Amino acid sequence: MPNALPFNRLETNSDTWVTLYIEDQAIQVPAGDTVAAAILSAGLLPSRTTSISSSQRAPYCLMGVCFECLVTIDGKENSQACMTQVQDGMRVSKQIQSPDLNAADTREAKHDK
Amino acid sequence: MINNTLYDLAIIGAGPAGMSAAICASEHGLKVALLDEQANFGGQIYKKLYQPSLKDESILGPDYYQGRVLIHQVQKSKIDCFFEASVWQVTYPEKSDSTLEINLSIKQQGQQLKARKLLIAAGAQERPTPFPGWTLPGVMTCGAAQILLKTSAMTPASPLVIAGSGPLLLLIAAQLHRAGVNISGLLDTRPKGRYVEALPHLAAALNNLPLLAKGLALMAEIKKANIPIYKNVTELTALANPSEHLEQVSFKTGNQHQEITCRTLLTHQGVVPNVQLTRALKLDHVWHQNQTCWHPVKDEWGQSSHPDIYIAGDASGITGAKGAAHTGRIAALKITQSLAKISSYQLAKLAQVPTKKLAKETCIRPFLDKLYYPAQTFLTPEDDTLVCRCEEVSAKDIRHMVKQGCTGPNQTKAFSRVGMGPCQGRLCGLTVSNIIAEESRLTPDEVGYYQIRNPIKPVNLSELIDLAK
Repeated sequence: MPNALPFNRLETNSDTWVTLYIEDQAIQVPAGDTVAAAILSAGLLPSRTTSISSSQRAPYCLMGVCFECLVTIDGKENSQACMTQVQDGMRVSKQIQSPDLNAADTREAKHDK
Repeated sequence: MINNTLYDLAIIGAGPAGMSAAICASEHGLKVALLDEQANFGGQIYKKLYQPSLKDESILGPDYYQGRVLIHQVQKSKIDCFFEASVWQVTYPEKSDSTLEINLSIKQQGQQLKARKLLIAAGAQERPTPFPGWTLPGVMTCGAAQILLKTSAMTPASPLVIAGSGPLLLLIAAQLHRAGVNISGLLDTRPKGRYVEALPHLAAALNNLPLLAKGLALMAEIKKANIPIYKNVTELTALANPSEHLEQVSFKTGNQHQEITCRTLLTHQGVVPNVQLTRALKLDHVWHQNQTCWHPVKDEWGQSSHPDIYIAGDASGITGAKGAAHTGRIAALKITQSLAKISSYQLAKLAQVPTKKLAKETCIRPFLDKLYYPAQTFLTPEDDTLVCRCEEVSAKDIRHMVKQGCTGPNQTKAFSRVGMGPCQGRLCGLTVSNIIAEESRLTPDEVGYYQIRNPIKPVNLSELIDLAK
């Protein structure tokens, strides 16, 4: 369920829609969207909490400047949601406080092969 | 590695300045690489224009769709384009006229690209606008709302309030109104007297009548839309509900306290050059009093304090999209001449038209800069306001550090980690320098700016390892 009022979608030219999973919830968005737009269209805020005071944050500048939209995308922590294009089947999770340095990084494991 | 090509010119940023420069340099036979961290051409101004999202083209208006001309031209030219390409470091050897090395990640793979000349066309960012509650979910910038319209055909949740100052604020108010969004309040945060201060620059601005007329038409459109307008707004504060989401905006007009219930608050106080890369390269910068920000030092051709590095577009000072395209062309011509592809005579001749057109775009700037000059509270906020969003450092903390003897922004870093979070000072650098300057009765130029360290974008260790392969 959304925990903030979602953004509204106007009539678009996009005919290809993809499904991604934000906190395991399936969300349909146009193929050209960024992950930050998907989060806002679903109203799934906050998208992170800070490591200092656990205060709640959400995408703010949408142009890669503020780093407020940091989330975990397909296992990669500290990813800028506004600079990442959505892909079908992508898995996104909120970043709560600091990333866990002990968590397995799927991308590193792939590199070792 | 991408390839072993030694490019004549690498351009960082595929907005109007970068695209124009790439087209011009490529026409004169230069081997050009055009890099952008976005998925395609356009920069912020023409974002997603290669494949517009909105069905209704009247919402964004004709200025946006005019960018198609440039995008079609650049698509047809022989330029190597690299998208989702995030540049995190540029290095140059001691002596000039040797190769610049650009370290970047393309689709999360570490890469290196070599070029003889570099043009930085990294654009602008919105000025940091600190005020109480600006970190709450539900508070965003006007630029962010416009980007969402362009990329995703999305409009913010209402009730909606827009607060601040600047041409972009008026534009997004009009665009959202055209999109059917109900705007509960437009809060003009400028103090009285801005029109009087701008008046001496009106004569120069009259040289660009079409742009002035556009501004007036925009103001008339907003007036006609019956959006409640509040003037000379002070004490802007965003208030949260128990679940820490924006619920209300409170402010003062005169002595009267006002409140508006809202789910989204969009703020704006103008745009400033994106200096992250020019700072990391240790190029010279100079304080621009009218635009209250630093500009990288450049000559009339866009050449920076390093002879092989040029700067164009809003990254070199705010001139707007059209002006940016002209500065891109001018820089590309000079670079072409410096690589001996055209003569000095040809350069002078070819630069005439863009130079003349640029003058028309810049003549209106002093007027606009004065008219929309931010209220002091957004430059040096009250004590309780958070200045550094990442490390959660307040204006009071900065003032306290100055009292303890901190003389510059780099010392405040050591004391508090201000500017050392993920945004690397992008959203607090100007504020911190301004507060220190005010407290120590110095100019921002005397106080200076953060030392910006490489990498200027986060890099995974695996991306560094890619470079060694």
